[in-house]
Amino acid sequence: MAVLLSAKDISRSFGGLKALNVCNLEVEKGSITGLIGPNGSGKTTLFNVMTGYVRPDSGTVTFDGDDITSFEPDKVFARGIGRTFQLTRIFGRMTVLENMLVATQHDEGWIRSMTRSKSSQVDVDNAMEWLEFVGIARLATLQAGSLSYGQRKLLELAYVLVANPDVILLDEPAGGVNLTLINQIAERIRTLNQQGKTFLIVEHNMEFVMNLCDTVTVMNQGTNLVSGRPEEVRANPLVLDAYLGGGDDEEMEAVHG
Amino acid sequence: MLQKKNLWWLVGVVAIAVFPLVVTNPLYTSIGLFTLIFMACATSWNMFSGYSGYIALGSAVFYGSGAYTMALISTHANMAPGAAMFWLVPLAGVVAMLIALPFGWIALRVRRHTFVVITIAVFFIFQLGASNFAFTGGTSGISLPFITWGASYYFIPFYYVALAIVIFITIVSAAVRRSRFGLQLLAIRDDEDRALGLGVKVTSVKIVGFTLSAFTIGMCGALYAMEQGQIYPQFVFSPVFDVSVALMTFLGGLGTLTGPLLGALILESSQQYLTVSFSNGSLYLILFGSLFLIVILFMPQGIVVFLRDRLTRKADLERAMIKTNDVALSGSTR
Repeated sequence: MAVLLSAKDISRSFGGLKALNVCNLEVEKGSITGLIGPNGSGKTTLFNVMTGYVRPDSGTVTFDGDDITSFEPDKVFARGIGRTFQLTRIFGRMTVLENMLVATQHDEGWIRSMTRSKSSQVDVDNAMEWLEFVGIARLATLQAGSLSYGQRKLLELAYVLVANPDVILLDEPAGGVNLTLINQIAERIRTLNQQGKTFLIVEHNMEFVMNLCDTVTVMNQGTNLVSGRPEEVRANPLVLDAYLGGGDDEEMEAVHG
Repeated sequence: MLQKKNLWWLVGVVAIAVFPLVVTNPLYTSIGLFTLIFMACATSWNMFSGYSGYIALGSAVFYGSGAYTMALISTHANMAPGAAMFWLVPLAGVVAMLIALPFGWIALRVRRHTFVVITIAVFFIFQLGASNFAFTGGTSGISLPFITWGASYYFIPFYYVALAIVIFITIVSAAVRRSRFGLQLLAIRDDEDRALGLGVKVTSVKIVGFTLSAFTIGMCGALYAMEQGQIYPQFVFSPVFDVSVALMTFLGGLGTLTGPLLGALILESSQQYLTVSFSNGSLYLILFGSLFLIVILFMPQGIVVFLRDRLTRKADLERAMIKTNDVALSGSTR
C-alpha cells in the first residue's frame, strides 16, 4: 500500500528537552495505525508537528506526496488532515450544531463569508448526518459546554469528519471514556475505515489499540522504537523494556548524572 | 415568537424617533444624542470584542481619528457650516478603518491579555500625537466651522443622524451574528487554537472584524466633533471613552445584540442626566460604581443574559413539568 502521511527525521526540542529526536513515522493509505509509548515519549508532540501546531527543528512531514511541514493548522485541515485533542476541545458557549458548522469548509474570501448564512440547509443537513453517525444528533441544539466528557469526544470526532478529511489523527479517543462508549467509538472508526478513511491513533488502552489497528508504532524518548503488526509489537522485548522501567532507569541516570 | 420580537424592535425605534418631538427641551435632545452615539459605539465595539472575546481598550483611537478627520477636512476645505458637513461622517468612518488595519495587524499578533495592553499603548500614542503635532492644533485643538442653527433646533439633525447610525450598526451586527464570519469570531472566543485546527483563518478573521468595528466608531467621533464645533485631544482621545464603551457592553451583556444598546442607554443617559441636573460632573461615578457592583455580584453575564436565562429557565421548567407528566402517564402503561 502507498504511504499517505509520513514524518521523516523529525526533531524538536523545548529548551533542553528533546521531545522528538529523529523520529520517523509512516501511515499507509487506508490503514488504522496505532501510535503507543510511555508518557512523555513524544506522541502528542509528533501529532502537533504533523498538524502544523508545532514547527519541527528539522525533518519533513509529507502528505500525499506534498511537503506540508510549514503549513499552518488551518491549511493542514483544509488539505485533508483532521485531528482531535487529548483533552477534548470544543466551543463550549456554542450549540452542538454550531460547533459542527465551524468545521464546515468553504473556500471563500471574507466578504463571501460575511454574506453567507452560518446555517445554510446543505451545511446543516451534512452536519446533522455526521451527528447522527456518531449518535448525538438529539443533542444538536444543546450548548456544547453542557455535554458530558464522552459526548464531547463524540462531538470532536463528528466535527473533524464534517470536512471529509482523508486522514484522521485521534489523540487518545478512548481516554477517560466508559467501556460502552469505547466500543461505540471503535465501531465508528472501523466503519469509516471501511469507507476508505485512514486513521492514526494515539492511545494508552492496549486492548483498544491491539483490536483496532493494522500496524502499531511504538515510541520511546522522542523516537520510534519498533513498528509492525500488533502481535509482533506486543512480543517485542524492546517494547516491554520501554514500558516497564527501562525509560525510568535512564531518567534516573540523567537526574543523577 | 419572531414576529413579537420584531415588534419590540419597531416599538423601540419609533419611541427613540419621536422622543425629541415629544420632549422638545433641547437639553434632553442633547442627552438623547449622546446616548445614541454611545449606543452605536458600544454595539460596534461589541461586534468585534464581544463576539471574539478580544477586549480592545483603544476604541478612542477610532473615535478621535473620526473627530479629527471631520475637523481637519472641514476647516482646510473652508466648508460652509451646515448640513453639508454630514457627508464627512462616513468618510471619517473610512479613515478610522484605514487606521484600524495596521493597528489590528500589529495588535492581533498576540493573544488576549497582551492584546489589551497593546491597544492601550496604541491609544496613548495617538493621544500624545494629537496633543503635540502642529497639524492637529496641539493641546488647544481645532475649531470647526461654526454652525448657526437655532438653539431649539440645533441638536435635532445630529440626533437623527445618530439614530440612523445606531440602526445601521445594529443591522450590521445582527447580520454578522448570523453569518459564517460571525460564527468564526465566536469560535475564536471559545477556543482559538481549536478553530485554527478546523480550518478557520483566525488571523484574517480577527483583523477584518477589528477593522469593521472601527468604521462606526469613527463616524460617531466625526458627528461629535461637528456637534461640538471645537475638539480637544484629551476629550476625543479619552481613556474614559475606551472604558465606558467596554463597561456599557459588559453591563448589558457581552456578545449579545441588545446588551450594548441597553447598557449604553442606561449608563449614558443617566450619566448625562445626573451631570446636567445636579451640575456635578462626577456624581455619575457613584452611580456607575454601585451599578457595577450590583451587576458583578448578581448578574456577571450582563443584564440581557440574566433576564434571558430567567425567562428560558422558567419556560424550560414548565416544559420539563409537562414531560415528567407524560413519562408518568406513559410509564404506567408499560
